[in-house]
Amino acid sequence: MRSVGLNLVIGAGITAFFVVLATVSMVWTPYDITVLSVADRLQPPSGAHWLGTDHFGRDIVSMLMVGAQTSIAVALIAVGVGVLVGVPLGLFAAATHGSLLDEIVMRGNDVVFAFPALVIAILITAIFGPGAVNAIIAIGIFNIPVFARIARGSALPVWTREFIMAARLSGKGAAHISLEHVLPNIANTLIVQATIQFSLGILAEAGLAYVGLGAQPPIPSWGRMLAEAQTMIALAPHVAIVPGLTIVLMVLGLNLFGDGLRDLLDPRLRERSR
Amino acid sequence: MSLLRVKDLSLSIGPTPILDRVSLEAGRGEILGIVGESGSGKSLTALSILNLLPRHSRLSGSVIFDDIKLTRLSDRALNDVRGDDIGMIFQEPMTALNPVKTIGAQVAETVLVHGKAGRGEAMAIARQTLDRVGLGAEEFPLSRYPHELSGGQRQRVGIAMAIALRPRLLIADEPTTALDVTNQAQVLDLLKDLVREDGMGLILITHDLAVVAEMADTVAVLKAGRVVESGPVRDVFRQMRDPYTRKLFSASAHVPARKAQQSARTLLEVEGLVRTYPKPKPAPWAPRAFKVALDGVSLSVAQGESVGLVGESGSGKSTLARAVLGLETAQAGEIAINGAPVRGPGDTAFATRRAMQMVFQDPYGSFNPRHTVERLVAEPLHLLGTEAPSGAERRRRIDTVLTQVGLLPADANKFIHEFSGGQRQRIAIARALIVEPSLIVLDEAVSALDVSIRAQILDLLAAISERIGVAYLFISHDLHVVRAVTDRVYVLKDGKVVESGATSEVFERPRHDYTRALIAAAPRLDAALKTRFGE
Repeated sequence: MRSVGLNLVIGAGITAFFVVLATVSMVWTPYDITVLSVADRLQPPSGAHWLGTDHFGRDIVSMLMVGAQTSIAVALIAVGVGVLVGVPLGLFAAATHGSLLDEIVMRGNDVVFAFPALVIAILITAIFGPGAVNAIIAIGIFNIPVFARIARGSALPVWTREFIMAARLSGKGAAHISLEHVLPNIANTLIVQATIQFSLGILAEAGLAYVGLGAQPPIPSWGRMLAEAQTMIALAPHVAIVPGLTIVLMVLGLNLFGDGLRDLLDPRLRERSR
Repeated sequence: MSLLRVKDLSLSIGPTPILDRVSLEAGRGEILGIVGESGSGKSLTALSILNLLPRHSRLSGSVIFDDIKLTRLSDRALNDVRGDDIGMIFQEPMTALNPVKTIGAQVAETVLVHGKAGRGEAMAIARQTLDRVGLGAEEFPLSRYPHELSGGQRQRVGIAMAIALRPRLLIADEPTTALDVTNQAQVLDLLKDLVREDGMGLILITHDLAVVAEMADTVAVLKAGRVVESGPVRDVFRQMRDPYTRKLFSASAHVPARKAQQSARTLLEVEGLVRTYPKPKPAPWAPRAFKVALDGVSLSVAQGESVGLVGESGSGKSTLARAVLGLETAQAGEIAINGAPVRGPGDTAFATRRAMQMVFQDPYGSFNPRHTVERLVAEPLHLLGTEAPSGAERRRRIDTVLTQVGLLPADANKFIHEFSGGQRQRIAIARALIVEPSLIVLDEAVSALDVSIRAQILDLLAAISERIGVAYLFISHDLHVVRAVTDRVYVLKDGKVVESGATSEVFERPRHDYTRALIAAAPRLDAALKTRFGE
């Protein structure tokens, strides 16, 4: 039995670690990140500053903690947008499978899919101005077709099951059946996909911030920390390496978490353990 | 001397014991039948012989095939035996073939894998073998794909794959369970011929005693991983020393005690029903072709009557059921229940729908696994709209129907996976009963059940009908069951009713050729024993 696998434990541990950091940073950070201290700039890791300081002399640990807030909030809301819009669309398409409405919804998805995600995100933030809210919208829009497709694809086989026929015999309509019978049976797949989209959201936010289209100063962001450190990489490599590794660690953690959840929730594995 | 000797074979997978000291013997040119109910370990016995077992399996005992001790061989050495000396046929002809390879390539592959011939010669062998299983070159060139064949034809391809190298032993695991009766009869005849002509040994695994009675020379009865009785078919079936064999025997010939229902009042009236489906177009400019599923079907069911509907797959039975239940719109014709019209989905009044419910074939697929039994059983109450009972009254109705089907009120709080197949089918009946319908459509409702469970469910249905006077439309390909539980029967072929009448009349004096063929093809236990062994 592989039920609660190592992936899940490690992934959940890393994810929880960053969530705790972000939460703690709302009330306390080791140093105040709005205070610049040029005298302390570009210090290597030490007892006072565990991960050193940046070019304004701000404590990198504190910056990362507050930056985690931005990353998690942007990615979480973007996934939320994708789930709240995409899943109903997918369920609707599955319920009207084969009809014109199904075609319209799915071809609409294809259109969104056909655009390179990052380019459109840059376009949106270029038009509406850079900022965390526009980053959320840009990333969220690209989550919609992902969830719509997954929801439709996993809902279609559920619709052929006999218990759906039993529900139809009970006079229940398509919307009612979708909510009561279909959604709970595809929830596992959606949860796993949500974790994966969450990690992609973190990456996308970092990417947008890196090109200066994400959260604006003074709100710290992992992506911008990386961008700003770029010019100083020869002088103080830790200023670039630390935020870079943080992003890698967070994404790795979420992916492991998603993988572990998949193993845990996979009905075939559960069937066997029954 | 025997071809295969299995001695004291014990198997456990993980912590679960599966087989307990199973001993079997199969001879050249002989058919060994292994019978048992689901979970008895018959399939795993077959897989143990070739050591095709899942991980975490522990096997002990010995399997001696023609003086080679298979249980001693390495996996690589076993690969030479598999397919070459011992062939295997699986139950599901739909999934046993690779859909993207031609039938010729698939049969030839067995030959190629064992390095017995070059490609050209392998194809020639494939041709010969397909001829042998009755798939002639003209109609079935090697270039055909599995989806172009029917279920029975696919099973023949499966057999061709298994016998291409002329194995000395063939293991067939429920080879005809997924097939219609006429196909089943043909496949069984084919297997019998192969055994006679090649002197091949055959192990036939089945849950159907009638098939064993028709085919096998020796039989082993398996129960919970143990052989409870084995020996020549005649001795085992005539003497039935073990109580379990007796129980299986009486269950498979079980006829529930029921009174014929005579009622003048018509409940369901179907008149000239037509349903066609558009076929996929071969090209966008091609004219649309239609498949006719129902071609002017008329039938009626009286109050409290039990009516059978028989026919092979594709005859339109299930389409008819869906139309009757208002889940599908017919292109022409009328359906009325208690005089109220039944139209398509969304167009049929709740009050009309309430008069009919359905019990499905698959006891595993017909319940949402995430709901409690209480919620599952109460689902049709939705049809009562605002009059639907709530609170204590709702609970009382759930308790009543659960008790009616022989379950406990406490079962309402459990989830469906806590129940066995037979219990699930009881829950399905409870769900149908909760709105007090006048008609229950049973679509192959007992086909997936073991014989002893099937007997119990048939008894239950008879008792319920007697108590509350509900009518049944009993759809099945199992003629024996239809004969045992219905008053009248309709025979459906290609969307048309070819024969109808009182069940006893139709079965004893069938008028239509198709009905005659169906009845002749269905294996019957008593008749088979009589023909083979006299008395």
